[in-house]
Amino acid sequence: MTATDAPPPPRGPLPKGGVVGAGDSIYRFFQHVGRVTILTRRTFVTLFRTRLDWRAFVDQLDALGVKSLGIGAATAIFVGIVMAIQFAFSLERFGAKDTVGRIVGLSEARELAPALTSLVVGSRIAAAMAAELGSMSVTQQVDAIRALGADPIRKLVVPRVLAGIIVIPLIACIALVLGVLSAMLICNISFGIEMPFFLSTAIDAVTMKDFMAGMGKTPFFGFLTTILACYLGLETRGGTEGVGRSTASAVVVVSISILIADAVLTQLFLSL
Amino acid sequence: MALIEFRGVQKAFGPKRVFIDLNLDIHEGESITIIGGSGMGKSVLLKLLIGLLETDGGSILFDGEQIVNASPKTLTKVRRRIGMLFQGAALFDSLSVGENVAYGLREHLQMSEEAIAERVHESLDSVGLPGIEDMWPADLSGGMKKRVGLARAIAVHPEVLLYDEPTTGLDPINVTRINRLILSLKEKLQVTSIVVTHDMQSAFITSDRLAMIDDGHVIFQGTPDEIRRTEDRRVRDFIEGNADEDLDTETLLRRGG
Repeated sequence: MTATDAPPPPRGPLPKGGVVGAGDSIYRFFQHVGRVTILTRRTFVTLFRTRLDWRAFVDQLDALGVKSLGIGAATAIFVGIVMAIQFAFSLERFGAKDTVGRIVGLSEARELAPALTSLVVGSRIAAAMAAELGSMSVTQQVDAIRALGADPIRKLVVPRVLAGIIVIPLIACIALVLGVLSAMLICNISFGIEMPFFLSTAIDAVTMKDFMAGMGKTPFFGFLTTILACYLGLETRGGTEGVGRSTASAVVVVSISILIADAVLTQLFLSL
Repeated sequence: MALIEFRGVQKAFGPKRVFIDLNLDIHEGESITIIGGSGMGKSVLLKLLIGLLETDGGSILFDGEQIVNASPKTLTKVRRRIGMLFQGAALFDSLSVGENVAYGLREHLQMSEEAIAERVHESLDSVGLPGIEDMWPADLSGGMKKRVGLARAIAVHPEVLLYDEPTTGLDPINVTRINRLILSLKEKLQVTSIVVTHDMQSAFITSDRLAMIDDGHVIFQGTPDEIRRTEDRRVRDFIEGNADEDLDTETLLRRGG
């Protein structure tokens, strides 16, 4: 039995509130957690035991990576500019303008590039993926895959999860470069900080440990984004309304999960 | 021995009991149509047969192989012998018509690209749509989608073909086309056909035998002539489309499924 064979989670009326309502919500939450865990286990078992569908994987690299590059780059550039202006403006008052490059470099490497990019790109990926798989579920395309003797986890989930684990770190690295460069440019234009000086202080400030502490989180974010979006998409029931519900849920669930995972992983990497 | 045996099958969705004690035998080479009102579980029957849904009780045998609680390996083996036309055709939007038809071939059979292309052409030709391999599902009409869905189902040369509402939503010309296709595929491929429909005209044309499901049981099985002669009121009402005129709205809605 595959995860997609399992009966759909209950879609009863919303909890009425009070103890019963709270109990019902907690029960449903753990039911979803259990189902995602089962899907995760099956995804990795399938990944290591069957041959990869290369065509689907390459399609997903394009759908997740190339098509998310624009929003990732725009986020990185504008966050880099805003961060640089805020830091330079504040630090100038204390005569510490020269440290802007260090602070921007560290902030970008440890947190902004990995977490913020994953949050924005992840939301975009999750919405698109949940909508696509949700539409496939309600139009019986997922059933058709199984009826044709194929495994939806191998055909749909594995290529997406694998592509997510690879693509999000790559976009985060590009975001890091763009963020620092845009900060360097704005600091030069608005605050007269020399570009070579800014760049050298930024690079000097970031050690390999800092870089890994930030970028090390991104494969996890990529995994979380794709596995949750696949789960919500494949569990979609109830026609177009259900697709809309799954898409909205995917954005919310993925965003919150990335934020929680960021807090946990940041603490974990700091303690290493 | 029957090719397919449903024995005491039970299935419920929440409080709704679709099958209470369903028993049905389907023999090799026959064309059987499953009829019944909306929500009576006709499509569920097909999905149980290929393991897309699980039963709550009873057994389903396909050529002696147990489907209920079968391993994924057994299910895959069974699915390779069965082709299914879904109600909405269920073509993969992201693949061209040719890739859709080739899907099962790539999954199951070690065939060269030339052999796959030849089989795809032959399957599309069988449903009267030769040379549309490069078109996309979004460019097709409802009738063409169903025929491509059928081409995809027959491409793997199955022993059994399942048709889920093959004529629903089609214009009369396409209904006739699909009915002719069901008949010609049966002749040409010697397949066992199980058709689910509530289109009685199609049912009489395409069937060797009909079975009617009502209230979780098979309440009638017989040839088209036998069903025409039956005195069972529920069957007569269904095939003649009779509805009680004196029933109140609430009862009508409840029975409507």
